[in-house]
Parts: sequence; structure tokens; C-alpha cells
Amino acid sequence: MTARFVAGRIGFYTLIAVLLAFFTIPLLWLATAPFTSDPTYEVGVPDFTWENFQAVAEHPYALPSLYNSLVLSVGTALLVVAMAALAAYALSRVRLPGRDALLYALLLLSSIITGTAAMVPLFQLAVELNLIDSHLGLILILTGGLLPAAIFMMKDFMDSTPKSYEESARVFGASPLQIVRHVVVPLVRPGLATIGVWAVANVWGNFLMPYLLLSDVEKQPAAVITYTLYTEGGQANLRMLSTFGLLYSVPVVLMYLFVSKKYGFRFHGGIKR
Amino acid sequence: MAQATSSPPETLDEDAPARRSYSSDAAGLGRLRAGVFVAPALLLIAAFLVFPALWVLYLGLTNYRLTGIAAAEPQFVGLDNFIDAVSNPVFWNSTWLTVQFVLGSAVIGQVGLGFTIAWLLRDRRGPLKRLVEGLVILAWILPSAVVSFLWVALLDRDGGTLNALLGLPGFAWLLDHPMLSIIIFNTWRGTAFSMMLYGAALGNVPPSHLESARLAGASGWQQLRDVVFPHIRGHILTNLLLISLWTFNDFTPFMITAGGPDGKSEILAVHVYKVALQSGELGYGAAVSTVILLINLVVAVFYLRLLRSKK
Repeated sequence: MTARFVAGRIGFYTLIAVLLAFFTIPLLWLATAPFTSDPTYEVGVPDFTWENFQAVAEHPYALPSLYNSLVLSVGTALLVVAMAALAAYALSRVRLPGRDALLYALLLLSSIITGTAAMVPLFQLAVELNLIDSHLGLILILTGGLLPAAIFMMKDFMDSTPKSYEESARVFGASPLQIVRHVVVPLVRPGLATIGVWAVANVWGNFLMPYLLLSDVEKQPAAVITYTLYTEGGQANLRMLSTFGLLYSVPVVLMYLFVSKKYGFRFHGGIKR
Repeated sequence: MAQATSSPPETLDEDAPARRSYSSDAAGLGRLRAGVFVAPALLLIAAFLVFPALWVLYLGLTNYRLTGIAAAEPQFVGLDNFIDAVSNPVFWNSTWLTVQFVLGSAVIGQVGLGFTIAWLLRDRRGPLKRLVEGLVILAWILPSAVVSFLWVALLDRDGGTLNALLGLPGFAWLLDHPMLSIIIFNTWRGTAFSMMLYGAALGNVPPSHLESARLAGASGWQQLRDVVFPHIRGHILTNLLLISLWTFNDFTPFMITAGGPDGKSEILAVHVYKVALQSGELGYGAAVSTVILLINLVVAVFYLRLLRSKK
């Protein structure tokens, strides 16, 4: 019995050690190379230099691309949150004709029309509407893709808020828009924050759409610039890649920590599409 | 404000026939304004999601090209693109690689590993559990462009960390085993979702059932089969459908192998990009996209029916 117990323990810790190695080893490079003077592909002990960050700051497209990522993700998140909140509120409170069918269709659409399935028509649509190299165009396209899932999630939040506050506000003569702004929005703030963070994370990591629709290097977000850094121009610049990759990754990690700490939930299924 | 004070009675009159809707429409929105609230979202969805999906169906029936004569005056060619596709070995090769990718990395890799981790850590609290979960989640949340390059660096033929660890200098993972590489990469990348889902599911298995199975002398495997699986069957199915759908539509392998070498890792997602946007055969690419859409539709309908039957 004890021998079996010991064997079980050894087996358990061996398995955990293997798992830890599998998940850690690919990440090690991102933690060490940015602080190494002359990094190679192999993970090495860093000599804790800050020069690589200097190089990123001087690169003509590195920091601007992070700014582009910020513009795209915050712009999309704001649109998604505003539109999803209005739509979800109306769908939650008013029995519009065909509401259930609409919600079902939204859920279906958001899962089947992916970037992969729609890249051909979206590219063509952007060409026809002159939306190539336009941040606004990309924001609209990304918003259209995220809205169905956002409305669906938002409606859950709306359904679970008490209606009595709205009733009393109405008795005191508030207009529907005032009620939405001053009563409903504060009640569903965690929901709005969730959808906002979810949308930011989604766009921040998105590669395919900006890669297809933005050809001007000055407008490209960090995802595309990272890819360009290691696929174009001969020898990959590992100092740039590692350090820039780290800078590009840190906001996602911070957002994740913030959300899971503050609201106690995770990005369930949200981050992938 | 004047208009606002007069509005409640009005709305009451409107709702008089269906009085029970009064209590749910607490702000007195009414159908018209509700429609106005929904409209902007629906317009954007129609323009940038529904229209492209319909457009792809039409494009698949034309010989549209990115450049040349067929770009100016595309012709309706009926099902020619689809016939081309099914008689094209490249398409079937791509489909077969996609099956390998979905089965290998999602169904076997992510589900297997996700469940294993959730099962191993089910009764644990504390730093070890947080460390393992944290690393698995980190692999999932980092931007795809960054993790792709991390794997390119890891698997590099001459200087990569993996070859240094294994003592295999010069072993070209991405050239000689591109499918294996992206399958293992995607297992690493996506296990977090399955791990969290099974972690939550295992929390719902009543401990008393496990306890009585243990007292009756059931082995670990018997406990799993007879007590745990019946409880989490619904979760397994949900999980399988969702991650298969995501993996099937995943474009990230493009950033590691770009479909190469020689199309040896050209899964359908990458295939569409290559034929439509690199070779410019938009019509043919749209036909392949239609196939992808239909497969997505089948999986999604299956999933939604499952969700409904649960309720």
C-alpha cells in the first residue's frame, strides 16, 4: 500500500514536471532574450541590458505599431460596447417580433462566419469601398465580427439586472434614454467592462484582418509588424523581435490579471475566434 | 423634460393590450425606440458579416480574379469551381491535413492534455496549481504573432533551444515534420480552454459518489469511467465541438510554416489565403470558403441543438 502510494506520488510529480517543462520552455526565450545583449535562438542566461529597449524605441515602426494596435482595439471596443449595450438592452426589455429567432441567428452567425471563411469577400468589400489602409474601415469590419457574440453576452447581463430601479426612475419622469444612461449603465458596468476587455484582447491579438486590409507599414498594428520582423529581410533581428514581442505581450497579461482579479472570471472562450 | 414627463402614460396606453409586457419594459422604451436601439448593431452585422457570407456564396460561382480580364468582367461559371476543387489533389491534400490538424491538436491534444491537467489538479489548492494553470493560460492569451515566433525560435534547426536540449543539432522540425510541429504547437497554445472547462466540470461531480466508488474498491480508471464521465459527458461534447470549430478556422499555423514546405502543412485556412489572395483566384478561393462555411454551419447547428437540449 505504501509502496503504491509512493509510486503514485512519484508518478504525479514526474507528470507535473513534464507538463511544466512543456509549457515553460517555449516561453523562456521571451523572458530572457530581451535582456540579453546579443540574443541567439537558444535560451541563455541574460546579462540584464536595457539596450534592446533602446533599439525598439528607435525603430521607425515598432512603437507606432503599438499605438496602431491601441487605436484599433480601443476604437473597436468602444463601438462594440456601445452598440451591443443598446441592442442588448432593447432585446432584453422589449419583445420585438422575431426576437428569439434573431438571437439564435446571431449566435449561429458569430460562430460560423470566421475570418478564415470570410477573408475573400471581406478583402473584396474593403477594396470596393476604399477601406484598404483605413483604420476606420478595419474597425467597422472588426466590430461587425464581434457584435453578435457581444450582444449575446450583454443580453445575459441585462436580463439579470433588476427592473425596479427603471420603474421608479420612470415614475419620477425620466426619459428612456436618461434611464438607460443613469440607471441601466451603472447597473451593468461589470458587463460593459467584460465586453470591452474581451473586445480589446480580441483585436489586440488579431493578425489576419489587419494583415489582409492594411498594406501601409505606418498603419499596421503590432501583430503584423511582429510577423514582418521575422519573415522579411534576411536574418531576423532577434534583439528587436524579443524585446518588441515582450512589450506587445505585457498589456494582454496585465489585462488578464486585472480582469480575473477584479471580476473573478476568466476570458471563457472569448479570446479565440 | 416636458416630453419626458408625459411619456409614461402614453407608453402605458400603447402597451395596454399586452399588459404583462409593462413589467419587463420598465423604462417604457416601446417597440419603435427598441428598434432604433437595435438598428445600428444590426446594420453593421448585416454589412460586415452577413453580406460577406452571402457574397462568398455568389463569388464561388464566378471566375473572379484579383487581376487581369476576369477581374474586370467576372463570368458566372456555375459549379465549375467546386468541380475543380473536388478534382484537385491539392484541395484534398489540404482537407486531409486539416483533419489531421483538428484531430491531432484539438481532439487528442487539447482535450487529452486539458482533461489530464484538470484531473491531476482537481483536489489541489495552492502555489503548484496556480503555477501550472498560470503557465497554461499564459500560452493561451499571448498574441498569436508572438507565440508563433517563440515556436519558430524554439524549433530552429541550428540554434533552437529544443535541439540543444535533445542533443539533435541540425534536426529540421519545421521542414521535415511541419504537421507534427503545428499540431504540437496548437496543443500547447489552446489547452487552457479545455483545462478550465474540465476544471469547472470536475468541480460539479459530487464527491460522495467518488467516495463511495473508492470505498467499493474501484480503481482510478474505474472511477473515471463509471462516476466522472457520466457527469461530464455534456461538457465533453460542448468542449469538442467548440475547439474543433476554432481549430478548424485557425490561421495561426500560417505564421509558423506558411503552409510549407511544398504545401505539406497547408491546412484549409491557409489554402484559401494562398489561392485567393496570393494567386489571385478569388472565385476558386470563395468556393473553398463556401465549403468551410458549410462545415462550420454543421458543427455550429449541432452545438446549438446541444445547448438547447440542456436547457
